[in-house]
Amino acid sequence: MNKNHEPPAFHPASALDYLPLSQLRDLQFARLKDMVQRAYDHVALFRQRMDERKLKPTDLRTIEDIVKLPYTTKLDLRDTYPFGLLASPLKDIVRFHASSGTTGKPIVVAYTQDDIADWTRAMVRSFAACGVHAGDIVQNAYGYGLFTGGLGAHYGAEALGASVVPISGGNTDRQIMIMKDFGVTVICCTPSYFLHLMDRAGELGVDLKELPLRTGVFGAEPWTENMRERIEAGSGIKAYDIYGLSEIVGPGVAMECVHQAGPHIFEDMFYPEIIDPKTHEPLPDGTEGELVLTTLCKRAMPMIRYRTRDITALEPARCACGRTLRRIRRIGRRSDDMLIIRGVNLYPSQIEAALLKVEGTLPHYQIVVDRQRGLDTLEVQVEVTNEALGDTVGALEQLQKRLAHSIESVTGLRPEVKLVAPRTLQRSEGKAKRVLDKRIL
Amino acid sequence: MKLKQLSVFLENKPGALSAPCRLLAKNNINIQTFALADTREFGILRLIVEDTDKARRLLQRHGFAVKVTEVVALEVLDQPGGLATILDALDGSGINVEYAYAFTAKSQGRCLLVFRFDDPDGALKILKARKITTVGSDELAKRLTP
Repeated sequence: MNKNHEPPAFHPASALDYLPLSQLRDLQFARLKDMVQRAYDHVALFRQRMDERKLKPTDLRTIEDIVKLPYTTKLDLRDTYPFGLLASPLKDIVRFHASSGTTGKPIVVAYTQDDIADWTRAMVRSFAACGVHAGDIVQNAYGYGLFTGGLGAHYGAEALGASVVPISGGNTDRQIMIMKDFGVTVICCTPSYFLHLMDRAGELGVDLKELPLRTGVFGAEPWTENMRERIEAGSGIKAYDIYGLSEIVGPGVAMECVHQAGPHIFEDMFYPEIIDPKTHEPLPDGTEGELVLTTLCKRAMPMIRYRTRDITALEPARCACGRTLRRIRRIGRRSDDMLIIRGVNLYPSQIEAALLKVEGTLPHYQIVVDRQRGLDTLEVQVEVTNEALGDTVGALEQLQKRLAHSIESVTGLRPEVKLVAPRTLQRSEGKAKRVLDKRIL
Repeated sequence: MKLKQLSVFLENKPGALSAPCRLLAKNNINIQTFALADTREFGILRLIVEDTDKARRLLQRHGFAVKVTEVVALEVLDQPGGLATILDALDGSGINVEYAYAFTAKSQGRCLLVFRFDDPDGALKILKARKITTVGSDELAKRLTP
């Protein structure tokens, strides 16, 4: 075993993570006031919405007054495509990113030079929080391009003093070769891609447990605690959850510390609230609801109370690491991925958790929902693996039954389980496409 | 003496069977014999090949799910009652035949059958006592070379 799981030395960029609470709230309020003033002065939509509420930026007296501000949604970004929410002149914009946008126009986001510097700081703090340090060799397998994952992780890892391998996504055999030959110590990618990489390494006879690789920075899709256990047991690395979204900045909004107890939000930059997604009422810490984020520093494209659609709770207890930054609970679902099948609420993460309970299967799956003669049908297609494969029809039918039973016990819905050949389910940009809803509702 | 068999998962759709066969052909791997089990949704292609490890690595590298299973090749007389001799031998032993298939090559009035037993070692002990000839991979290669 070549892995070094020693606790990391303290990184100076992490000092802000430990700011005393009263100072943190003062800093948040000062930044909020400046940001709201800029947004009000330069973004027509924000000004119009605040005017409708007879609200001026100067009406904000404490950080708690944030609840008086209007919400912003993904629809607002679509409606103002591409530059309608810019608060800085185009000449000050140094970078655009955009969502992959499977239907219609993408969501566009923009950054000034200062915004890029802030984002880089957030990523440095993210890497430092989970013990990545100068001298690490970081294999960055997030996609480079319009997607924020690649360049976000790249700038952060470089600024930290790590050696970055900007390999981007895909070409798994080359990823494994470089990981081995370069002595890579840290990998950044989606958790589902890492599982695929583990599977492939096994086929190629490469034992990840014997490599120096010790840390995975995994994000860009919801994942589960079961998946973390599977990754850590199968590869010997520590798997950390990083959270972010393009609309706010990209990766680096929140990151787990070495205690792996839920991502800490970099609250001095991104102010979190939890609301009831139906009534829009703010909810207290510890209560589950939709995460709403306000960018406190962004210049090019400030976001006021952006509704993330991610369902989580702000953890009220202080983390063992001593950071004053609040943590969000692992995001297993989004309010807009919820499917209603035969009147039952279903989240794709529940299917994933159910599949992972069955030995030898990997969570490469697709949910196909259809409606036949007025009745919803739920089919779950699962890729078989070498480990799960039996050599008799009976053994495979048993596997189907075990998977169906596990899904039924988690979701209450009886699915049709279909086994499919490895790597036949569609993947896009390293994010697996989980749901195909064919119903015409 | 046991043989290694490869079981390859196939989806039940046109072209699914030809993909692994073409891959083996391209890499000059001869299929000594095979059997296909299928259901409405999927199939299992069972293969006996000369270099099992090479074929397994090749298939897995090309994205097939492959499992290696131990089977036994037995020589039986090509005459009425040939198969019954083997089954009689195992009668009462509690050993179960999961599936079986045949080699096409015959020699001197004898043919070769492939058996998957739930307990291959137990079966071998009994068959040896009954003087039923098992054929290993080297002998198999010799017999199949024209």
